[in-house]
Amino acid sequence: MGRKKITARKNFPLFFSPAIILILFLVVYPILQTLFLSFLSSSGEFVGLSNYSEILSRKDILNVEGFPKWPPLGALIHNTIWILIHLPLSMFSGLALAITLKDVKGSSIVKSVIFLGMITPMIVAGIMLRYTFTERVGIVTAFFDVLGFEGLSKTWMAYPNTALFALIFGSVWLWTGFSMIVYSAGLATIPKEYYEAAKIDGAGPFKTFRRITFPLLRPLNIVVITMTVLYDLKIFDIVWAATYGGPGKASTVLAFEMWLQAFYFFNFNGAAVIATLLTLLTSVVTIPMIRYMVRR
Amino acid sequence: MKLSKTTIIITIIAWSVALLWMLPFLGVFMAAIRPFSEIIRGWWIFDRFNPSLNNFMEAWNHPAFPLSRGILNSFIVTIPSTIIPLFVGALSGYGFARFSFRIRSYLFLMIVLLMAMPQQSVVVPLFQTMVSLRLINNYLSLVLVHSAWGLPWIILFMRNFFSTLPIEVEEAARVDGASDFKIFYKIVLPMSLPALASVVVLQFMWVWNDFFIATIFIYKDSMKVATQLVPLLGLGVHHVDWGLLSASSIIVMIVPIIIYVLLQKYYVKGMVGWTVKG
Repeated sequence: MGRKKITARKNFPLFFSPAIILILFLVVYPILQTLFLSFLSSSGEFVGLSNYSEILSRKDILNVEGFPKWPPLGALIHNTIWILIHLPLSMFSGLALAITLKDVKGSSIVKSVIFLGMITPMIVAGIMLRYTFTERVGIVTAFFDVLGFEGLSKTWMAYPNTALFALIFGSVWLWTGFSMIVYSAGLATIPKEYYEAAKIDGAGPFKTFRRITFPLLRPLNIVVITMTVLYDLKIFDIVWAATYGGPGKASTVLAFEMWLQAFYFFNFNGAAVIATLLTLLTSVVTIPMIRYMVRR
Repeated sequence: MKLSKTTIIITIIAWSVALLWMLPFLGVFMAAIRPFSEIIRGWWIFDRFNPSLNNFMEAWNHPAFPLSRGILNSFIVTIPSTIIPLFVGALSGYGFARFSFRIRSYLFLMIVLLMAMPQQSVVVPLFQTMVSLRLINNYLSLVLVHSAWGLPWIILFMRNFFSTLPIEVEEAARVDGASDFKIFYKIVLPMSLPALASVVVLQFMWVWNDFFIATIFIYKDSMKVATQLVPLLGLGVHHVDWGLLSASSIIVMIVPIIIYVLLQKYYVKGMVGWTVKG
């Protein structure tokens, strides 16, 4: 669609200047300052990449020796594990729910319930997770107790080999609403005639999904994947509220370590390193989506 | 209407999933309305059931951290943090949709990229700046940061919306001699109320739910926003008061939930609008 554009006139900068000023001073400039800080020592001398090597050699950030075993494996690896588990689970459950709920009576109520996790403050969500995974009083631990899994009927947040996973599964519960709602909106744009035609041709539900639904929803995958990975990289509040990164750093993540370095140890330069790493990661993740949006 | 067997099965599955999803919320609700001695073996056991609002009252009127104050503070922060970026963002979203100039596409790409930035990438320098400006423990710092932080997606969302409006009306007004600004606020904004509503709902919820930015800039107990007070109410190092914690969680949650229930349509449009419609 060729949109008509009005050529700029004299006063057009006035439309942009308030936004540009706010964004420049409060977003762009601080990002560059953070980058700059990451190359300085605490006394302000330029030290090259030594902050980076210092931070990346910390066990809290990257604990390679621990690797094949349970956490603590360092924030960088915890974030990676988070993405590897959370992304497929929440994407799949969102898609499955969107398709299942398409023609269900009262589906808007069901969807609203699943979407509750998206509107709940993350700090509250962290508290709820902690409660849900606490021995005896929480329903998840009680469930595993009934099934006879002793290791999983204890307070998940109190043990290094379960704390991180409690948070990850909790984040699936919180975030599934996002992929569900995106896929639902996508499904609503698929014309009914396609399905009617498929029915006439004798296609079963599986074939219909593979040949019609899935290909037409594919452009949305990039949105869901990008937003989910960004969410996983930025995770902070639920860690703060549910485990405080513990026990023994077993559930720490990059955003939390950054906060600890900056506002607990007041090591601004080390914090700037972690922040810069996070900025790099989120930028890389976003590039495919930007290309998709530009192409459109 | 005849109901096939599969429809019934799917409906049952769907409702069971909803129930499953509700369980943690239900648990917190039960912990809030029942004395802890009743739920010590699980909130789903009802051999004794004495609901009360005591925990809510205690959280609301807490001597050290009254949640009533926190909720008020949250409103004081959230309302300007929603209104300022709404107008600033709509203004430049309109500019991106309607004016062409040399660096427009680069500027636009930069703004889209900023949408992905983690808040961690700005807080250290901003903290230092706010210290030197004496804006720590001052809501101005929160409002400024939240406003700037909301702008990228608001600009993108509004620009996409404005692009769908027919340009002919604006051109006609222009021929009649109306200025760009007059066209914007007399013609374009009134046509944009649904999109503006989406912006309000989403931005309000993000600011309301924020914890990270608030912890960086607000340290005085009497100024803390609601999300900051919840962990202080009952989340001790050695002892967790689940009743108080649950009640205050529910009080904080209720505001976004009410907004969602009333303005769901706009929320979903804001969430999906720019991703799905091409």
